Amino acid sequence: MTEVVATNQTILVVGGGISGMTAALEAAECGKEVVLIEKNPALGGRVSQLYRYFPKLCHPTCGLEINQRRVKQNKRIRVLTMAEVTGITGAPGDYTASVKIAPRYVNENCTACGDCGDAAETTVDDAFNYNMGKVKAAYLPSRMAYPQRYVVDPVVIGTPEADKIKAACKYDAVDLSMQEETVQVKAGAVVWATGWKPYDANKIQPYGYDRFANVITSVEFERLSDPHGPTGGKILRPSDGKEARNVAFIQCAGSRDENHLRHCSRICCMASLKQTNYVREAFGDEGKSTIYYIDIRAIDRFEDFYQKVQADPNVKFIKSKVARILEDKEGNPVLHGVDTEGYHRYATPYDLVVLAVGMEPSVSAANIPAEIVSDSSGFIEQDQANGAIFGAGCAANPLDVNRAVQSATASALRAIQVINRVARAEG
Amino acid sequence: MSIEKYTRSFLKEVEERVEEGHWVKMCMQCGVCAGSCPLGPHWEHTPQKIFMMIRAGKREEVLSSDSMWMCTSCYQCIVRCPRKLPITHIMHGLAYLAKREGLAPKNQPTAQFGQLFWDNLTKTGRVNELKLSLGMYFKDGFSQGIKNAMAMQSVGLGMMKAKRLSPMEIMGGHGVKDKSGFQAMLKKARELEDSRRKLA
Repeated sequence: MTEVVATNQTILVVGGGISGMTAALEAAECGKEVVLIEKNPALGGRVSQLYRYFPKLCHPTCGLEINQRRVKQNKRIRVLTMAEVTGITGAPGDYTASVKIAPRYVNENCTACGDCGDAAETTVDDAFNYNMGKVKAAYLPSRMAYPQRYVVDPVVIGTPEADKIKAACKYDAVDLSMQEETVQVKAGAVVWATGWKPYDANKIQPYGYDRFANVITSVEFERLSDPHGPTGGKILRPSDGKEARNVAFIQCAGSRDENHLRHCSRICCMASLKQTNYVREAFGDEGKSTIYYIDIRAIDRFEDFYQKVQADPNVKFIKSKVARILEDKEGNPVLHGVDTEGYHRYATPYDLVVLAVGMEPSVSAANIPAEIVSDSSGFIEQDQANGAIFGAGCAANPLDVNRAVQSATASALRAIQVINRVARAEG
Repeated sequence: MSIEKYTRSFLKEVEERVEEGHWVKMCMQCGVCAGSCPLGPHWEHTPQKIFMMIRAGKREEVLSSDSMWMCTSCYQCIVRCPRKLPITHIMHGLAYLAKREGLAPKNQPTAQFGQLFWDNLTKTGRVNELKLSLGMYFKDGFSQGIKNAMAMQSVGLGMMKAKRLSPMEIMGGHGVKDKSGFQAMLKKARELEDSRRKLA
């Protein structure tokens, strides 16, 4: 049984991505008790799946490592992974959350030596790499995973393979008797930081993401470019493994569209501008990028970054929302549409097409197990009616990492104020 | 080119006088309508270009354009438009304004058919299929009419067999019971439309 010590002076942080980690750390480093809930087996969220950040083009692993150390060192933070909040009852200063914890089948004894992974034969989809590869049924979620602890996939439970995996462990860390459990967690305030998910590209029918192998999403392109991704950092297209030297980026794939997501997802323009650097990095002057856009929204100081990319002779900008994608005999996606600067009709083949998919809330506010005021896209609004449940990061708005961290810090401050009131009342 | 040429007067006119014209300002120039239109390559100006021309005050060029008359009402543009502009309706509205202002291109087949259909229908309150087809066949002269009729022979005979077309319609054809009432109704509707759209 998982023991969680929590009181009305505890802050519950739901979501262990960059926003949740930040909120938890800010609150804990101010002396508050924090329970941090993460659905996945490791902290880090979408940020850990990025190859580089914009605008500095540094690696997210760096910033994440610092945060992981802060979490590890702070005794006030209790981290629950593979856990989901299924219900919240109560009022500000006195909430009770039901938290469902899925079995990991691996306990704290794990040293991440990897012997269980060697013993496993079955493979499962590699969620960290957006299912572009496979991992063994006993796996470390990612290289940077925190906690640095293996997971045994439920598909092998009850099979002789599970016993083999258990036998391979020298530290008695594999526990096949683990069961799903639900614990109650008290909290005075809640920071809801469940983040975002990429919009389902299959819904954008004219782009044929479901039909054409060489039409991929921007988040998949991050993994393709990452040396620790499924291709070892080589930008190879899925259909035939050919180097993708001529890449098209389609902006507003799902965003700013009444048929899909009503809002502008804010990050996609910068993400594509950044990704043209990946193409250049991989192929030098041989790498060509073309960005199809309605208008580039490189917000505030990112304008500099935009201008730098504009100055790159290997990057072309075409002002047009692509109308549809077809495929030629060589498996090249062919982009069809009409541009707005001259109204030229085009039909242009590329090696690879990257859809800059929009952001939608991972957990739409309607599905949060509490009464929450949200906007028409399901992002949490800041509203008195939400009591002491505060949206943070991309659960509240489509934000880049920088702004998500700001938002998380603000939410931590709001939660701390509630806890201080509780503390005064309780004496 | 002087800056005075770019006034919003034509946009205002379109907003007042064209069905769904108030949507024109909502276009964000993404071009999905043009790329999705099955007849796209045959348009002189694509829909997003027409909207931009309206905003730029190019009244003469827009209204005398052949473009709006190419619309087949397939509604693909409305379905795809990220801002849900009722593009099909706006195109028909613009075509109607062009027609009323006498700026519609001469000998545009869609415009010709539209006029033929309207005259045919409003005479008796019922469409006279025979006269409508013959009118269309012979619009470019007698010998071309014979050629067209011969080419369409099998379709015509099939329709006759299925009782969808009667040769007796040449005598005047069927109509509604109260023809004068029907015509009075149309007249009133047109008066209302004209005053609302300032078309009179």
